[in-house]
Amino acid sequence: MMMIRRFEEESARNYAKGKIGGFLHLYIGQEAIAVAAAEVLEDRDYIFQTYRDHGIALARGMSAKSAMAELFGKDTGCSRGLGGSMHFFDVERGFLGGWGIVGGHLALAAGTAFKSKYLGEDSVTVCFFGDGSTNIGGFHEAMSLAGLWKLPVVFVCENNQYAMGTPLERTSPIKDLSIKAKGYGMVGDRFDGHDVEVVQECIAAAVDRARSGGGPTFIEILTYRFRGHSMSDPAKYRTQTELDQRKQQDPIAVVRERLLGLGADENTLDDIDLEVDEEIDAAVRFAEESAPALEEVMMSTVLAPEGDS
Amino acid sequence: MRELRYREALREAMFEEMERDDRVFLMGEEVGHYQGAYKVSEGLLDKYGERRVIDTPIAEAGFAGVGIGAAMVGLRPIIEFMTWNFSFVAFDQIISNAAKVHQMSAGEIQVPIVFRGPNGAAKQVASQHSHSAAPFYTHIPGLYVIQPSTPRDAKGLLKSAIRSNNPVVFLEGETLYGVQGEVPDESVDELIPIGESRLARPGTDCTIVTWGRPYYTVLAAAEKLAAEGIECEVIDPRTLRPLDTALMVESVKKTNRCVVVHEHWPYGGPGAEIVDRLQREAFDYLDAPLERVTGLDVPMPYALNLEDKVLPTEERVIDAVKRVSYSK
Repeated sequence: MMMIRRFEEESARNYAKGKIGGFLHLYIGQEAIAVAAAEVLEDRDYIFQTYRDHGIALARGMSAKSAMAELFGKDTGCSRGLGGSMHFFDVERGFLGGWGIVGGHLALAAGTAFKSKYLGEDSVTVCFFGDGSTNIGGFHEAMSLAGLWKLPVVFVCENNQYAMGTPLERTSPIKDLSIKAKGYGMVGDRFDGHDVEVVQECIAAAVDRARSGGGPTFIEILTYRFRGHSMSDPAKYRTQTELDQRKQQDPIAVVRERLLGLGADENTLDDIDLEVDEEIDAAVRFAEESAPALEEVMMSTVLAPEGDS
Repeated sequence: MRELRYREALREAMFEEMERDDRVFLMGEEVGHYQGAYKVSEGLLDKYGERRVIDTPIAEAGFAGVGIGAAMVGLRPIIEFMTWNFSFVAFDQIISNAAKVHQMSAGEIQVPIVFRGPNGAAKQVASQHSHSAAPFYTHIPGLYVIQPSTPRDAKGLLKSAIRSNNPVVFLEGETLYGVQGEVPDESVDELIPIGESRLARPGTDCTIVTWGRPYYTVLAAAEKLAAEGIECEVIDPRTLRPLDTALMVESVKKTNRCVVVHEHWPYGGPGAEIVDRLQREAFDYLDAPLERVTGLDVPMPYALNLEDKVLPTEERVIDAVKRVSYSK
């Protein structure tokens, strides 16, 4: 969780310096969800995420170097500088992308789950998206098909309360999004996302259900992002009081408090923080020093090579 | 050689490829129990069962996306759109996902998928059901776009499309499904390469490039012109992206004139692309401006007399050939 937090903070600094371009959507405040999910999943499982994708990529094991180099548009980045912040990929670890069109990747997740079922494999797909996705058609069609065909997929709505700048009460006629599950013939669940252990337990239940042939689950996790929607958003649509209140439940502070309560040594925790800082510094240096993205890679990846089908 | 209908040729291609490779499956509306809205998939369910011939709800964006996701992890889906008109609600899936993920992932992910179904006007199905979709999809890098005119090309190209490692937009035609033509015997595993034009009719006086439904209009017009002493050479690109202009350029070097005939609207699209390339690649050989005969620039009307005006006619083809031949 610290790795994600520091990575995002360092990304913001480098965005301000002009080292990172385009859109940059930070995961700060939501870290417990990605970390818990990564803990639950097996190597053979598949993960999809929206454009707010750094957290889950790092949690799944992508190196900070590879991630930062991607933000810097370098050939050493996880998508060789062709994807950028919104399109991280790490196929080896089953991370099948950051996707930029709201609602567009949910059906893809149903598709990888379809493949698992088609081939009789016990891999599970977990698909993350925001509360903003639950109003678009792509959500409905993916949920319908996954429910109809009982696909091994877990749909995880990270409800961070805002669809860009519009609060949930102005985008949704219902407050409890998890009740939508019923309309798709699947199990629904809803819980708070600031406690990594709770998140892990609840996601594990859904993943187990999918893996054992019990079909899909729709999970709503209540969370909050401490930064704006993206770097260009000063988040003026919410009050400082609201933000301060939410920060009382910072998932990292919560877990630190618990570890100390369980007898963890404060110095040990501080040392972990220092190690993370060093790793992030090394990632920035690596990104700075890496070669820029290559034109020949751009040209040779428009179409896949033919043969060996 | 034997004679098959275009529909049967497509069906055979799917049977053969499903027999060859368990990763190939067919998904779409009414493809299974109903035996296909246009009976292209007739018999497939009986042979391959519900695991591989999958009826879907009416949810094009959903099942197109499921197909793309399945292709990303190694299956080889054939996604049938009941017609290409309905692909527009799945447009984002094809454009933003199927065509882009290979590059976004720096070449790590492949999307071996075929989207297929009837394209263009049928008969009096009016404004929303008569779109010629090629211009929308040929615009997109990362896609192949194929539009076969004959049963032989339909079979050979569909087989190549299914074996391709890339997303393929495969445009058939409702009015072509009943067309009969020569197809190699079942023992011949003919794969027609994607991206190769075909000489459909040799001639010396004027080149005509055409594909899809107007292909037959052009062949009929060419016979009438031959009776008047004008021998047209007809070239069918078959694949619209990537576009093979070599045969067209060779032909224009001989005939020094060219008419491009297509069903889609005149604004942009493969028709305009062909004209643009030929004027550059064969500029020194042209004795007349390149002409196009296109679907008229209007939404498709219902009334038969008007629909007949909108689609390219033999008369308009003959007029265009005579104009570029300065013989009228």
